Amino acid sequence: MSDMNQVVDRIIARHPGEKNLIPALQEIQGELGYLPELALEAVAQRLKIPLSRVYGVATFYAQFRLTKPGEHLVQVCRGTACHVRGSQVIQEALAREFGGDGRVSLEEVRCVGCCSLAPVVVVDGRPFGRLDPQKAVSVVRGAL
Amino acid sequence: MNEVRLRIDGKEVTVPKGTTLFAAAQKAGLEIPHLCHHPALPPSGICRLCLVEANGQLLTSCYHEAQDGMEVQTDTQRLRHLRRLTLELILSDHPQDCLTCERNGSCELQRYAYEYGLEKNRFVGPDHARRVFPVREDNPFIRYEPEKCILCGRCVRVCEEVQGRSVLSSVSRGFFTRISTGLEKPLTGTNCELCGQCVAVCPTGALTEKARRFQGREWELKKVDTVCPFCGCGCPITLHVRNNRIVRVSGGYQGFRLCVKGRFGLAFVHHPDRLKVPLIREGQKFREASWEEALDLVAARLLATKEKYGPDAIGGLASAKCTNEENYLFQKFMRAVIGTDNVDHCARLCHAPSVVGLGRAFGSGAMTNTIEEIRDADCILVTGSNTTEAHPVVAQEIKQAVRRGAVLIVVDPRRIELAEWAHFFLRPRPGTDVAWLNGFCHVLLQEGLWNKKFVEERCEGFEQFRQAVEQYTPERVEEITGIPRDLLVEAARAYGRAKNAMIFYAMGLTQHTHGTANVLAVANLALLSGQVGRPATGVNPLRGQNNVQGACDMGAIPEVLPGYQSLLDPRVRAKFQAAWGRPIPAAPGLTVVEMFEAARAGQLKAMVIMGENPMVSDPQIAHVAEALAGLEFLVVLDIFPNETTPYAHVILPAASFAEKDGTFTNTERKVQLLRSAFPPPGQAKPDWQIIGALAQRLGYPLTYEHPAKIMEEIASLVPTYGGISYARLEKGGIHWPCFSPDHPGTPYLHKDQFARGRGKFHPVEWEPPRETPDREYPFILTTGRNLWHYHSRSMTGRVEGLVELSPEAYLEIHPADALNLGIEEGKGVRVSSRRGTIIVRAKLTERVPRGTVFIPFHFGEAPANLLTGAFLDPEAKIPEYKVCAVRLTPLED
Ligand code: SF4
Ligand code: SF4
Ligand code: SF4
Ligand code: FES
Ligand code: FES
Repeated sequence: MSDMNQVVDRIIARHPGEKNLIPALQEIQGELGYLPELALEAVAQRLKIPLSRVYGVATFYAQFRLTKPGEHLVQVCRGTACHVRGSQVIQEALAREFGGDGRVSLEEVRCVGCCSLAPVVVVDGRPFGRLDPQKAVSVVRGAL
Repeated sequence: MNEVRLRIDGKEVTVPKGTTLFAAAQKAGLEIPHLCHHPALPPSGICRLCLVEANGQLLTSCYHEAQDGMEVQTDTQRLRHLRRLTLELILSDHPQDCLTCERNGSCELQRYAYEYGLEKNRFVGPDHARRVFPVREDNPFIRYEPEKCILCGRCVRVCEEVQGRSVLSSVSRGFFTRISTGLEKPLTGTNCELCGQCVAVCPTGALTEKARRFQGREWELKKVDTVCPFCGCGCPITLHVRNNRIVRVSGGYQGFRLCVKGRFGLAFVHHPDRLKVPLIREGQKFREASWEEALDLVAARLLATKEKYGPDAIGGLASAKCTNEENYLFQKFMRAVIGTDNVDHCARLCHAPSVVGLGRAFGSGAMTNTIEEIRDADCILVTGSNTTEAHPVVAQEIKQAVRRGAVLIVVDPRRIELAEWAHFFLRPRPGTDVAWLNGFCHVLLQEGLWNKKFVEERCEGFEQFRQAVEQYTPERVEEITGIPRDLLVEAARAYGRAKNAMIFYAMGLTQHTHGTANVLAVANLALLSGQVGRPATGVNPLRGQNNVQGACDMGAIPEVLPGYQSLLDPRVRAKFQAAWGRPIPAAPGLTVVEMFEAARAGQLKAMVIMGENPMVSDPQIAHVAEALAGLEFLVVLDIFPNETTPYAHVILPAASFAEKDGTFTNTERKVQLLRSAFPPPGQAKPDWQIIGALAQRLGYPLTYEHPAKIMEEIASLVPTYGGISYARLEKGGIHWPCFSPDHPGTPYLHKDQFARGRGKFHPVEWEPPRETPDREYPFILTTGRNLWHYHSRSMTGRVEGLVELSPEAYLEIHPADALNLGIEEGKGVRVSSRRGTIIVRAKLTERVPRGTVFIPFHFGEAPANLLTGAFLDPEAKIPEYKVCAVRLTPLED
């Protein structure tokens, strides 16, 4: 915890003032991999910005993540081709299966460029195509 | 050129430069559709509904300013088309739940949807279905339904700009955007004050009062304009009533601003504990009785006491919670019917020094200026007032003034919330106020920052005063008060240089044995700087109770007749004798604390107590208990049983503020109408009727057909109320003095001359408080209020949500002191003074300085006033609540 405070202190020292909120958050995420709640509270306190506003900014930009990333990154393609071929059901199935599993980070992405294989799920950078919900679940399970 | 002329829909309008197109159109009598705009908030231009065409361009009228020569259209074909589109987009992700929505009939979105004939929505996409927003209602009072939120941002802005809290923000993005606190915490986990300002400005059903759910739709609610019964701010409120129950509260200062108590704290009037029938004591128990029997008994016992021991063996406590009319009648009853001046009320316990001190310095003991003027002040000095919690609406105004650039000086031993806003925060040791006030004057004199012209033309007594403050050098003041000398000098300069400076103070200055000296020292400072007699200046004692000003005005104090007219002046006595047809006793009567002392000494035999609870609010409760227990007869008029009622022989059930007509006078001398919303429960009656019935039994006619008639009598006897009548008050409150029916009232006092002629300086010297910490009792205890409760809690303690927010007494202690003593957060602590012991939980906070602890006085189970001393200020006879020495010991679980 004190680690985190040190990180925040060091970064805030380089980015004093309210206008530097975004760069400060970027750097904190760069070091910690995400923005833990306590870090947001610390930023609000140090920069004297209401916590509500810090939280508003952190949730507004897609680049920020507020949860600890899992060891495995699972990206469900929600591009048009995949959508037409049922990526939504896949997404729901994966969320059901792995939503509470801290080892897995579920993300959605737009077209990953292999539409002919639609629907596509990318697991730790490796694309898997022509999936249905069951296959998708077993692919991910296989990666754990 | 400070004005611009333009044409709106063909109408010529001239408005000051800087006026928005929206406001200009309003001036021309046109209303432009709008959702994100709110007149009290800065424009944001979010919703784009208020578009107008100006010289062919589309402009958001709430945002853009009117320019000279503009041709503006507010209602063209193109605009209607665009507005329809905007509304359609808003409605595309808005549930059409109007059937059961609390805002059905008052929702601004619904209104425009209807006006623009929006039936079906064209924009429905898959993303809508994926959005699941839970309703948030994890706090006692406010419900947020994100689905109904149109993201207009009014709540965010009101919380930031008006309330100064910045609790809310819009979070996430796109379809998922909603309003939230930081990190989704419940409101109670943030610095939210539960003021409900956000609810008040929300245009839709997104933010609503939890308690109103399914209690009645807009058109089923009867609206009654009246006045908040809690604090001296005296906010105007509108009760929304159905089936004789308050469903919700609207209105407030500037139409929408209230605090948590006024907005959410009125449910007490419906509490089952309400007294509904007269009760007569038999042994240790009470039995129900008819009004006839109870009143006959009271009359007989009072008469017997008077015959046996004389009228001065009877004492009466009037009430700062009751109306002007009731207080007037009460003191008339005591003086004309009983024949004694033994009448007082709790003002003694808060502002008697103001009445005495400001009376001597200026000629009037009330606030010199009004709340509305705060916005025009460029320097504000707040001392001995935890304004945010005790006078919330005044604090809001102060914060807004700071935002506009006013300099704020806070002088308080505790780091109160306003200190966060202050440019100068001075922390004197408790009980050293005269020293720093004299120090301020010393600096101003040294540096030539005083108003020589004002002092010469309008004041007297300057020379002696000058000599007295000579020795209060910053060095000496630092020794006494602990305020660093440089800080003192800087703060004094800021006050001295201001064009318009207002001083606010409250019990932190008055509740001392030297309370009167403190008030005189404040008055000196304002006189020296010439900061009296103009708008946005003055010396402003913030009065605690809703009608404490009025109760004093009405003469419910032992030393003066109504309107502060002297008991000793034969002409005044003659006037009242003629009007009342009875001789007026001329010897000033006993004050509250003296009454209890007299009762203990066996001199006072009977008491009449109307709406007060001395068993919690008076100092040295053990003595009060002894006094009450020793009385031969005690009758209490109240709305609830409380800590005092068990000592009564007869308890008479009274009407609450919501069940009677009358007037209250708030802290800024504004007289306002109270209107009855429904009948009292059971057989309860308004106090004015009870007193009337009692007087009649004692052979004196004191019955009136309506409180308006009582006000007529008051106006005829009290010059400062001379022009006040219900007919005029119907149109709005009036600041006294108001001498005649055509007098407009007086927002600020002492304009061309002081009420006493010249303003008078009084040399005052610092003296240590009566009880200073020593080895045995090493801590200074100071007492006060918190935001959530009122007085002895007989009202707020019966509002579930407020109890949830602040369930019990606590002790604020500095973490370093706590560490030394082994006291832990949330653990029990035994607090003892020379007079008693109570047990409370510890709350570790740097709000209090080291060596000082704080306990709120609201809680009967842990009455702080068991500890306080009844040392009195020699002149105003106020007890020293703010300083007493205590010892702390941690409890073993
Ligand atoms: S209740 Fe008051 S303080 Fe709380 S969020 Fe609403 S406006 Fe802000
Ligand atoms: S909650 Fe109400 S006031 Fe706040 S953004 Fe939503 S609609 Fe506007
Ligand atoms: S308690 Fe005071 S500030 Fe709160 S609403 Fe009532 S009068 Fe206004
Ligand atoms: S849409 Fe999924 S890979 Fe292109
Ligand atoms: S009212 Fe002007 S943009 Fe919303």
